[in-house]
Amino acid sequence: MADLPPARPGAGTPILALEGLRKRFGGLTVTDDVSLAVAPRGIHAVIGPNGAGKTTLIHQISGTLRPDAGRIRFAGREITHLPLHRRARLGLARSFQITAVLPGFSALENVALAVQAGAGSSFRFFRPAAGEARLNEPAMAALEQVGLAARAAVKAGALSHGEKRQLELAIALALRPKLLLLDEPLAGAGPEETERLIALLGRLKADYAILLVEHDMQAVFALADAVSVLVYGRLIASGAPAAIRADPAVRAAYLGEDA
Amino acid sequence: MPRWREAALPLLLFALLGAAPWIGFGEGYVLSLLARAMILGIAALGLHLLVGGAGLVSLGHAALLGIGAYAVVVLDAARVTEAVWVVPASILGAALFALLTGAVAVRTSGVQFIMITLAFAQMAFFIAGSLSVYGGDDGYTLYGRTELFGRRWLEDRLVFHYLCLALLAGAWALVGMLLASRFGRVLRAARENALRVAALGFNPVPYRLLAYVIAGGMAGLAGALLANATEFVAPSYLAWQRSGDLLFMVILGGLGAPHGAVLGALAMVLLEEWLGHWTAHWRLIFGPLLILAVLFLKGGLAGLPAQLRGAGRG
Ligand SMILES: Nc1ncnc2c1ncn2[C@@H]1O[C@H](COP(=O)(O)OP(=O)(O)OP(=O)(O)O)[C@@H](O)[C@H]1O
Ligand SMILES: [Mg+2]
Repeated sequence: MADLPPARPGAGTPILALEGLRKRFGGLTVTDDVSLAVAPRGIHAVIGPNGAGKTTLIHQISGTLRPDAGRIRFAGREITHLPLHRRARLGLARSFQITAVLPGFSALENVALAVQAGAGSSFRFFRPAAGEARLNEPAMAALEQVGLAARAAVKAGALSHGEKRQLELAIALALRPKLLLLDEPLAGAGPEETERLIALLGRLKADYAILLVEHDMQAVFALADAVSVLVYGRLIASGAPAAIRADPAVRAAYLGEDA
Repeated sequence: MPRWREAALPLLLFALLGAAPWIGFGEGYVLSLLARAMILGIAALGLHLLVGGAGLVSLGHAALLGIGAYAVVVLDAARVTEAVWVVPASILGAALFALLTGAVAVRTSGVQFIMITLAFAQMAFFIAGSLSVYGGDDGYTLYGRTELFGRRWLEDRLVFHYLCLALLAGAWALVGMLLASRFGRVLRAARENALRVAALGFNPVPYRLLAYVIAGGMAGLAGALLANATEFVAPSYLAWQRSGDLLFMVILGGLGAPHGAVLGALAMVLLEEWLGHWTAHWRLIFGPLLILAVLFLKGGLAGLPAQLRGAGRG
């Protein structure tokens, strides 16, 4: 075997491949011929100025929005026309830029519902779900993983903003996804929470493929194995963090003031 | 401990209803009022599963009740009065209507759901009015109450009282069980955030549809009982005003717990009767009372004890 793929993160057949994706809102082109491959392990960051179309891209991958043209392949199959819930079943988990935890459910129950999604049928009517160890134990483990175990019994609506972000992550992890789509998981978190979340993402990337949209450049360059830069819906560069940092087009369009 | 506390109030309520004939409420007139409240309570419990559980506000629930009642009429006209046939016909007839209309309705939500359920119910209402074989707009008087194994048990006031009570308690236990189950958890989650639930891999539609069908079956059962209670069925059973009454029972009683629907049904029926004695213009007083109750009772009647405890502490 001459050409074994190199065993490093970022290698192997991509878990996610976008081909010529396009999306317009009225006259505004928000996704402009985007092609992108995400490796089956590690963090692939998507950066770009406000309104560049990052969230819209995440929406198209997760299935909340349909692209006007182009194709999306995930885990070896075309998912361009699958609805959101079918994509989730295939192993696509997402967090929301605006947190979307269930405010009336406890933190534990939020995660337990995610475990339930992968634990056989939910058309079960007799046993109280809140008492099922088979759901609660993995849920508790996911809460521990993100450092939220002590707050398990608290209603999600009563958690702090940073804690809600942690909970979003725990929910996504409980789905045991093949790919995590994270839309600004650090937004609005305090400095300590940010540090904790960065450490967590650093640990997770060994086991998961993560597509990370983030404005915090320090975090991005500390974590990412690959970076893609989106400006006005167009991918202007994609590659290793060091190469992106040095790219003159990126510096001119975006990193100018930072770098 | 909290589970026991949650069940304490409804169990007390059922115990009181069970004792009612023996503690001065045994008059025929009072018992028929209580039966009516308990029967509407069964329908309201199904509606609670939809409104409080799934977040689906239906303004067509009376149609399901009416279909249950008309199933009794249709069989009565064919001289079939045996409960073994009548009761399943009522339940399945209403559940089938719920399945067919729900298949369209549960794909919508909010105001759209309200309008679609109302539209389907109005359709059923006009069809009932046009059935001249069954009296059309004038309604239909039953030859007699439903029999069980050939005997007229239901003619006995006490038997009927305890039958209604047993079915009410059973309906309450069923709704509580469903809401706590995996199935109910998906329903409740989809009420709070349907997008989040879809992102977890759940398609809310089949869960909502099944809830709608179960609520339909419960309303059908209530319809069969109501037809027996009054021995008379008319299109007004399906009228939107009655759907509104059922919705009010559920909201007035409180969406936080299923027994709210039972409290709401009792409160509405008894208050309506009491005010009706007092003045012919009772609806003028009834409306504002309901508005005040909704404004000031945060968790409805079911939330009243907690609200009083809170006020006592504060
Ligand atoms: N549903 C919509 N209808 C019309 N325009 C939209 C819609 N959603 C987003 N847009 C527009 O599309 C553009 C891209 O929005 P998007 O939210 O994808 O940007 P973003 O890169 O995520 O920005 P941010 O960094 O601020 O989160 C913006 O100009 C936005 O106003
Ligand atoms: Mg965004």
